Amino acid sequence: MIDRIEQLRSEAEGEIGAAATSEELEQLRVRFLGRKAELPQLLRGVAQLDPAERGKVGAAANAARQALEALIEERTAQLAAAELSAGLVHDAVDVTLPGAPAQPLGSLHVLTSTRRELEDIFLGLGFTVMEGPEIETVHYNFDALNHSPTHPARARTDTFYVQRSGEGPEVVLRTHTSPMQVRAMEAHPPPLYVVIPGRVYRPDSDATHTPQFHQIEGLAVDEDITLADLKGTLLSFARAVFGETRDVRLRPHFFPFTEPSVEVDVSCFHCSGKGFMADGSRCPLCKGEGWLEVLGAGEVDPNVFAFVPTTAANAPGYDPEKVQGFAWGLGVERIAMLKHGVPDLRMYFENDLRLLGQF
Amino acid sequence: MRVPLPWLYEYCDPGLDVHAIEERLTMTGTKVEAILRQGVEHTEGFVVGRVISAEQHPDADRLKVCEVDVGARDGAHATIVCGAPNVAGGQTVAVATPGAVLPNGIELDRRKLRGIVSEGMILAEDELDLVAGAERAPGIIVLDELMLDAELAPGAPLAEVLPIATDVLELEITPNRPDCLGVYGVARELHAATGAPLSEPPWVADPGAEGALGAAEVIVECPDLCPRFTARVFEDVAIGPSPLWLRARLAAAGQRSISNVVDITNYAMLLTGQPLHAFDLDRVAGAKLVVRRAGAGERVQTLDGQTRTLDDEMVVIDDDDGPTSIAGVMGGARSEVGSDTTRVLMEVATWSGPNIHRTSWALGLRSEASSRFEKQLQPEQCMHAQAVAARLMVELCGATLLPGTIDVGGAPAEREVIRLRQARVGALLGLPIERERQAEILRALDFTARDAADGLDVGVPPLRRSDVTREVDLIEEIARIEGLEQLPATLPARRGAAGRLSHAQRVRRAAEDALVGRGLHEIVGWSFTEPSLLDRLQVPAGHPLREVVAIENPMSDGQSIMRPTLIGSLLDAARHNVARNGPDVAIFESGTVYRAGGEEGLAREHHGLGALLHGHLGARTWGGQEGAEAGFFAAKALLESLLGHLGVRFTVEREEWPFLHPGRSAAVHADAQLLGLLGELHPLVSEQWDLDRAAVFAIDLGKVAAAAPEVRAFVPFGSFPPLRQDLAVTLPDAVPAAQLTATVREAGGPELEDVRIFDLYTGEQVGEGRRSLALTLTFRAIERTLTDEDVAPRRKRIVDALAAIGGELRG
Repeated sequence: MIDRIEQLRSEAEGEIGAAATSEELEQLRVRFLGRKAELPQLLRGVAQLDPAERGKVGAAANAARQALEALIEERTAQLAAAELSAGLVHDAVDVTLPGAPAQPLGSLHVLTSTRRELEDIFLGLGFTVMEGPEIETVHYNFDALNHSPTHPARARTDTFYVQRSGEGPEVVLRTHTSPMQVRAMEAHPPPLYVVIPGRVYRPDSDATHTPQFHQIEGLAVDEDITLADLKGTLLSFARAVFGETRDVRLRPHFFPFTEPSVEVDVSCFHCSGKGFMADGSRCPLCKGEGWLEVLGAGEVDPNVFAFVPTTAANAPGYDPEKVQGFAWGLGVERIAMLKHGVPDLRMYFENDLRLLGQF
Repeated sequence: MRVPLPWLYEYCDPGLDVHAIEERLTMTGTKVEAILRQGVEHTEGFVVGRVISAEQHPDADRLKVCEVDVGARDGAHATIVCGAPNVAGGQTVAVATPGAVLPNGIELDRRKLRGIVSEGMILAEDELDLVAGAERAPGIIVLDELMLDAELAPGAPLAEVLPIATDVLELEITPNRPDCLGVYGVARELHAATGAPLSEPPWVADPGAEGALGAAEVIVECPDLCPRFTARVFEDVAIGPSPLWLRARLAAAGQRSISNVVDITNYAMLLTGQPLHAFDLDRVAGAKLVVRRAGAGERVQTLDGQTRTLDDEMVVIDDDDGPTSIAGVMGGARSEVGSDTTRVLMEVATWSGPNIHRTSWALGLRSEASSRFEKQLQPEQCMHAQAVAARLMVELCGATLLPGTIDVGGAPAEREVIRLRQARVGALLGLPIERERQAEILRALDFTARDAADGLDVGVPPLRRSDVTREVDLIEEIARIEGLEQLPATLPARRGAAGRLSHAQRVRRAAEDALVGRGLHEIVGWSFTEPSLLDRLQVPAGHPLREVVAIENPMSDGQSIMRPTLIGSLLDAARHNVARNGPDVAIFESGTVYRAGGEEGLAREHHGLGALLHGHLGARTWGGQEGAEAGFFAAKALLESLLGHLGVRFTVEREEWPFLHPGRSAAVHADAQLLGLLGELHPLVSEQWDLDRAAVFAIDLGKVAAAAPEVRAFVPFGSFPPLRQDLAVTLPDAVPAAQLTATVREAGGPELEDVRIFDLYTGEQVGEGRRSLALTLTFRAIERTLTDEDVAPRRKRIVDALAAIGGELRG
């Protein structure tokens, strides 16, 4: 009996060791350890043996069964690991194919991303963002900004007028964001630090002019805000937008609502302000000047303060003898054009996805 | 304005190179837009020559073969073939030798002309770009006829004799500085900017005199519009061409040469800034000029041959036969100076700037004179121009100046005086400037400055009286001349400043970013649109979208109203891209829309957010996956993400819009507020824009912001697992899904965490007029794990509630 058990065990061990698949193993398990197999039969028959034999045969058969079970388990794990490895190799993909399904992001329009960038710079400098109406009265667009009644900007050739039905104030499409200067001062007492982004309109259309465009107005009013403060503020702005080594220069100019008035140039970032390129050719961006005109600005004209009525909302009001400050108006398209090299302003409003997707 | 540098140097020569002058003028407020060159680029090769002999060319009737002494060291003469009829032996001429580059860019070479080698070229005026071609004197320049001061030795550089290479400054003169519309005014700026001495004004030496003048009479009936009118009379005037120096100077300044008298008026204007007008006195009927307001509808023929209809705000100058010119804008043809003129009345007047501006715009007639007058010239300038013109009339036209000057109106005698507080200068600029220096700058600009208790009493020069009226204007003068480069770069104190975005601004950014995150591209459309947009959108008469803001003076009919909706610009952009870049277009716009009828005559504006989907959201990939097709539910899914992201609770209900598919069109509400619309475009509208199926939404971001919480409060959640159960129910078609989920939620009680529709089926199995919806119910309790037994009563209440709306449980 014992010999037979050892024989079975040895036979089974040999075959289990040689099994190549989990299916074969399962067949071997049934053959050697299944209900009808010889070894379990032997175990079940142990009771009929005489007591002297019973213990030895039972122990040998049990040991053989346990050893075979362990062997099958071990061998099963080995085969599973091998089969998994083989399967993984088989499952290999072409990692150079594009991701799928695609998860494309969209894009902000370059005018929006530029405007936000500028807003964020001025937010960091302590300015609050305000907005106002695009369709505006002549009072706020011209009169309160110290434009003489005959100022050429009021002409039908320079300003869009809104058709009026009946009486009421003359209304225009605002030609700049500046009307919000007076509106902001009417609503808030000094000190006041605001930037006003928005869309503005002038009847002009070519590669560098579109009848609608976008500006960001700046206004800072307190008791002691100087032209030097304007220079410092715009220097911070210029460096944030165009690079840490940029410089600004203020050139005297004329605007009805600032005095002194200046135009502000930023040193050219394309040629580092030299006006010419490394190969000696003229810088195509600044046309050899070394400077790029970016905006108009100045100290708020006292006449503009005088146009601000004192009310409960803005008390103590804006007495030109007691407050002073600066204002600027910059063009978002111009900044975006300079920064990204968009050649024609009209492309901004064509909304071709080949442009939109670039920024 | 163009200023030839040699002319400027006659009055102020700082001895700087042209780029240094450019820099100083630009940085003190007179921007140099460009530096132009009148004449040749390089003066090498251009010399004085003497024609030794001029013989007929053997093979060409119209050519002469000249031996010309061009000062060669070996004494050799150059052989030059010349086609000018006036060339003759003995003349001193202008010669270009081989290697010289002409203004037209051609480099001169030895060249055979009908068999004879020509070693250069004898030059005419236009070949040197001294004057424009049409104004050239015929033939070659004969230098010894020009009565030049210079030595005319053969071989001498031509540039020392003629202005063949003139630098010209192109200046931007700001509208507040009409005094700089004259060369002398610019010279004063250069003087102040560089400290170089300034010569006396060219009008100091006046050959004329004040006093009565009997040869003509002037009456000014409207002194409010004509503060000053002066006139002088010249007799024995010989009309003819101007000398070369004058023609060349005018050419460099951008003016055509006409005749000596007209050229003199232009020269005097360019020097003093003040326009003049020369009348042929014999053609002034009655030798009398009357300045008066025109009658409404009155017609005048102007110099350009056109007949103009006037109104009663315009000013005309009459003689006894009626109007001869439109004052300050354009002269009349009738009294124009011509070749037979011998008696000239020189008119120099001051007009009301605003009035001239109005007249010139109303007539659509802008002239050099009107563009100057409209900036408000000062009465003092009249006599400046009279003096300069008188000297040249005598010199160049052999004229006799009659004694006396007609002067109606005169000029104010006193200067305005403004107190300049010394401390205010530093306080406004952020850069203290010594009082002495302040006075020095002001005096260089022709102001007077007297010490006062706290600063200076400053007298304003007459030519600046429109521009400088207040202390702050004087501070600007000081700042610009002292140099804004001197200003330090400081930051304001920013008391109380805290830069921040408003809630509405943050909501706007978040909304835009959410759509970008879902793959949409932002467009920026036109605020303008065409009135027919509303027809193409099928908007009926009387619809609120028809309450548009119309522009009185649009650039075109296509841009004549302000858009009342974002749908139009989205459609325009979609068409553009579908045609060029394929059918898959997913775009949005965040911008203002406009309706008429706001407060104080303004419009009702709101910031809208609109999106349009066409084709598929995302291109097909190699794996076969394709993005969602642009339809109602794709657009709705986007809107759900967007409003969910912003924390806005909203509802969507069937509602028709004229431009949307009537069965796939909805209104979006938050509480009772209408946020906007959602739907598929009406096929007829899509067709108008050459599009296929497209879906849109458009919402009012202001209302969205109002409905969005500024701060979100924490909602607690437990640690126990959820219990999920599915439920399939059939319902009549008329019961909307939203009603189904609302019913389930209400009946499900607080432990029903979520209800999700995961299947929709219609067909035979559920019968006509009904549909089957499958739901996943998620229950969860904060404090324990739920079992099927726990939720059984809830499930029963849900089933009962569904039965009440016609629902039957399926299988």
